[in-house]
Amino acid sequence: MATWIPESASRSSAAAGRSFGLTGILAAVAREPVALLGLVLVVSYVAIALFVSFLPLRDPLQLSTQRLAAPSAEFPFGTDALGRDLLSRVLYGSRLSIEVAVLSVAIATMIGGTLGLVAGYLGGVADLVIGRVMDVFFAFPAILLALGIVAALGPDPRNVIIAIAVVYTPIFARVVRGPVLALKERDFVEAARAIGATQTRIVARHIVPNLLSTLIVQVSLALSWAVLTEGALSFLGLSAQPPAPSWGVMLNEGRQYLEFATHLAIFPGLAIMIAVLGFNLLGDGLRDALDPQRR
Amino acid sequence: MSGYLAKRLLGAIPTLIGVSLLTFLFIRLIPGDVIAARLGTSTALDPEELASLRAYFGLDQPLPVQYWNWLTSLLRGDFGYSIRTGRPVLVEIAERLPATLELAAAATLIAVAIGLPLGLLSAMRPHSRLDMAARIGGLVGLSLPSFWLGTLIIVLFSLYLRWLPNTGGYVDFVRDPLANLALLLFPAITLGVALAAATMRMTRSAMLDVLGADYVRTAAAKGLGPGLIVRRHVLKNGLIVVVTLLGIQVGQLLGGAVVVEEIFSIPGVGRMLLTAIVQRDYALVQGGVLVIAVLFVMVNIVVDLLYGYLDPRIRLA
Repeated sequence: MATWIPESASRSSAAAGRSFGLTGILAAVAREPVALLGLVLVVSYVAIALFVSFLPLRDPLQLSTQRLAAPSAEFPFGTDALGRDLLSRVLYGSRLSIEVAVLSVAIATMIGGTLGLVAGYLGGVADLVIGRVMDVFFAFPAILLALGIVAALGPDPRNVIIAIAVVYTPIFARVVRGPVLALKERDFVEAARAIGATQTRIVARHIVPNLLSTLIVQVSLALSWAVLTEGALSFLGLSAQPPAPSWGVMLNEGRQYLEFATHLAIFPGLAIMIAVLGFNLLGDGLRDALDPQRR
Repeated sequence: MSGYLAKRLLGAIPTLIGVSLLTFLFIRLIPGDVIAARLGTSTALDPEELASLRAYFGLDQPLPVQYWNWLTSLLRGDFGYSIRTGRPVLVEIAERLPATLELAAAATLIAVAIGLPLGLLSAMRPHSRLDMAARIGGLVGLSLPSFWLGTLIIVLFSLYLRWLPNTGGYVDFVRDPLANLALLLFPAITLGVALAAATMRMTRSAMLDVLGADYVRTAAAKGLGPGLIVRRHVLKNGLIVVVTLLGIQVGQLLGGAVVVEEIFSIPGVGRMLLTAIVQRDYALVQGGVLVIAVLFVMVNIVVDLLYGYLDPRIRLA
């Protein structure tokens, strides 16, 4: 599981200061095979989550008499202890996973990004206070912080979203602050100030667009961590509760039957790994693609 | 150096006070009553008895007073008593810390033993088959959920091959070194794989940066052999970056250990903390979190000291 802290959090954002529009980012992805493979995985994962109810699948909650059946033509992934179709449950499981990951990372990006922007742009007391508070959060190992928050608030996917957002907010603040510090000294910002642009305009038009490439890499890696963490927390019984089709829950339920039905341990875990791999490949490829020094 | 150390230790104090305050408030602000959790729901206790229990644990006092009392006892080395078991918090932690530290240390060892050489070999032959394989392996390793890997290991080694008792657990090293190591091996691999992957990637990119440096080209131009260049110039400079990044990750292992402790039923600090939070065992949660935060901050300070040792240009002051 994510024992590692996202590498880019500790790495200076080399792409800072280079501006890439959205089309530029897409073009960069197309040139980088690793990023492209990641994008394909991520897009198919999102597509499954969005359109799974239109697929010709059994109801993921429907019980049957064929319990713990091995994978076959009728049940490609086999069935679980209650005779439910594992293929359907694994595909439906993408919903919860992506919902939690996207919402938590969105919250962290907005709050953390804003804090980093304020700290870096204003400096002074604001920077000091934000930095000190963020230091307190950095004094906890990431997964333990998430686990503690959920254990305290109660087992529920909503609390998992809060927990992951809390862990990632300081990381985004730190990732954004550095480039902002560099950007505000740049000539074009100086020039904008000289011609009388307002602070809001400088931040919105000159600083934020230049953070886009840094942020998009970080978001991708954060999503991979979020999927992994949601999986771990639901495996520990702290996220969605049975009978919900959740990958971590399925894996945990399957643990009792490992001796007779290994497929219960294989498919849900594989689903998590592929999703995480997709975001990792995308983030990694994007970092290489957007950073001229690393090419 | 000692001046720097003092400065860093002093600098950690506000952070740790923040940690203690945050933990203290957080565990108290969430719903759920500690006394009710201790007594269970079966017995309806009369209010008088409840009040006396609260007074016994000092829970009837205003929050700032409770916090102040806790903080001042901490300074005397008194972490308070677990409300659940009645035993001193420090004893509870001391009993479980060795298992967690041993697990984290073994995982780090495995990660470095695999990640460092692979990263180095990868960097020396970029775009070779080995490099491609190591890079793909690295990304897969990073994406592998530890709770899944742990489950697969149990399936393979205890159910199919029957090499392991599938109960897991922990045996004191002093009591039975062999049993201790045998039980440690698979949890350590489970915890170490992601770190090995991260180490491989960090080493590779750090070494590639150094291999591209001017002084390496100069050394090659002087006619030094590749082995000597790597040993004398590349390794030391590349390792500086690796050590720093590795340090950050090793601290994270203390957290990741929770999941592995849970899968392999290891009685470590992580599992203790998880139970304590659910049971609202205030003193145990506060003490446990503080100990982990202190360890975590210490690891980071040691890393910075090591950094200064490896690179004399970095003046620690």
